[in-house]
Amino acid sequence: MLFILIFYFFNSGFTFANPTEEISWFRMDRINILVLLLVFSSAVLLYIRSAKKGKEHFIRKLSGLEAVEEGVGRATEMGRPVIFIPGIQELDDIQTIAGLSILSKVAKITAQYHTPLFVPVQYPLVLAAAQESIKGAYLDIGKGEDYSPEMVRYVAGEQFAFVAAVHGIMHRDKPATIVYMGAFFAESLLLAEEGQASGAIQIAGTANPDQLPFFITACDYTLMGEELFAASSYLSKEPLMLGSLKGQDWMKVFLVICILLGALFETFHLGGGFFYKLFIEH
Amino acid sequence: MKTLLPVVIAFLSGFIMILAFFSANPGIVNFSQNLLTWVTIVGGISLLLGIVSILKVNLKIISEKGKDWWLKLILVLFVFGMSISGLLWGIQEKTPFDWLFQNIQSPMMSTMFSILAFFIASAAYRAFRARTREATILLFTSVIVMLGRIPLGQYLWDKLPDYADWIMAYPNLAVQRGIIIGAALGAAAMSLRIILGIERAYMG
Repeated sequence: MLFILIFYFFNSGFTFANPTEEISWFRMDRINILVLLLVFSSAVLLYIRSAKKGKEHFIRKLSGLEAVEEGVGRATEMGRPVIFIPGIQELDDIQTIAGLSILSKVAKITAQYHTPLFVPVQYPLVLAAAQESIKGAYLDIGKGEDYSPEMVRYVAGEQFAFVAAVHGIMHRDKPATIVYMGAFFAESLLLAEEGQASGAIQIAGTANPDQLPFFITACDYTLMGEELFAASSYLSKEPLMLGSLKGQDWMKVFLVICILLGALFETFHLGGGFFYKLFIEH
Repeated sequence: MKTLLPVVIAFLSGFIMILAFFSANPGIVNFSQNLLTWVTIVGGISLLLGIVSILKVNLKIISEKGKDWWLKLILVLFVFGMSISGLLWGIQEKTPFDWLFQNIQSPMMSTMFSILAFFIASAAYRAFRARTREATILLFTSVIVMLGRIPLGQYLWDKLPDYADWIMAYPNLAVQRGIIIGAALGAAAMSLRIILGIERAYMG
């Protein structure tokens, strides 16, 4: 694999710097971003290391995720399915990957309770990834025989055709629980209102701030922004994953201090614009 | 090996993209662009998977004459109808594909989108009921913003658009930025977990 990559690398127009030409290897205009990236990575890695050593980190309760098990339990009691929608973006979107990670945890719970799980998707790559994710979850808890590839279905490749298909499914199957985790756009309210009308418990999570009000209005629980990315770590309870959340929290503290200092320094024209330069790409 | 290879590929791909972001070397930048092109190519080929999924599920129901089988039949006919018309006559203007798109698919998608107006009304009714202190604040601010955005608001009180703009530019934007910063950090931390192979749940 490595050899293929190296071969491809040299055949894609890569050249070593010619002594006669001036090819810059590093973009100095992005040095501030590199510094912030290194600070951030160091904070995350330090906390992962401390978690590896056995230190326990406190993570606040996320009621939306606590409700997942309750929602699956309700579906089991009612004999109705759980619908999980991992957003409407391709697999190269980080929100879709976050959604699939949560799907894996949800699938473990549905497998335990023998609850039907249904995952409609808009992209074939997400279909393949979601099938693998669910299959892995079912195998992990020894319920491999209950897994069916048809749990995940490619229903449409267009945004509103997807909405129409999912509306139909909600209307016909009357799911007990609907989980939306990933990137959503204009369809967020269309899906969530139909889900509300079908009487399902709804748990949503997205990092698109424009769609959050719709989910908050129509769903019972909503994960906002970073909570979506933290969800898989929270559900896994693995110290390594939780450690990375703690590192992320400290970076947030660092940024808040920078914002406060920056506001003070820039308001009173102090520091020669250091904080301005720190966050602006030159 | 089953998880090691994907983890190695994820690490190398992530590392190359980071390298390309900070490097000015055209070779590295081209290489990263080629990787992104490969994502598009793989995505295009995987469309076959989607078609197989649609056919597998719907043909089974049609053959068993299951519930609403005739609706599934229409779906399958249109999957082939659109594909074949595009392959035979192209997708330019005044072709059968274009006719199907303009006269069937596009109006149906517009219809779905237009339903949003009714859903916004029902959602707004639930959100704006002044049951709690927070809901009352939401109701009050939303009335100012909505009235401030229309000529009637300015007619009623000429200062109303200024207050609406202030709400949008300060409290609303501050909250949005807070969420965006948090989400960006969350995405970066998750990317780091994926590159380092700590986050593997999405692989199954």
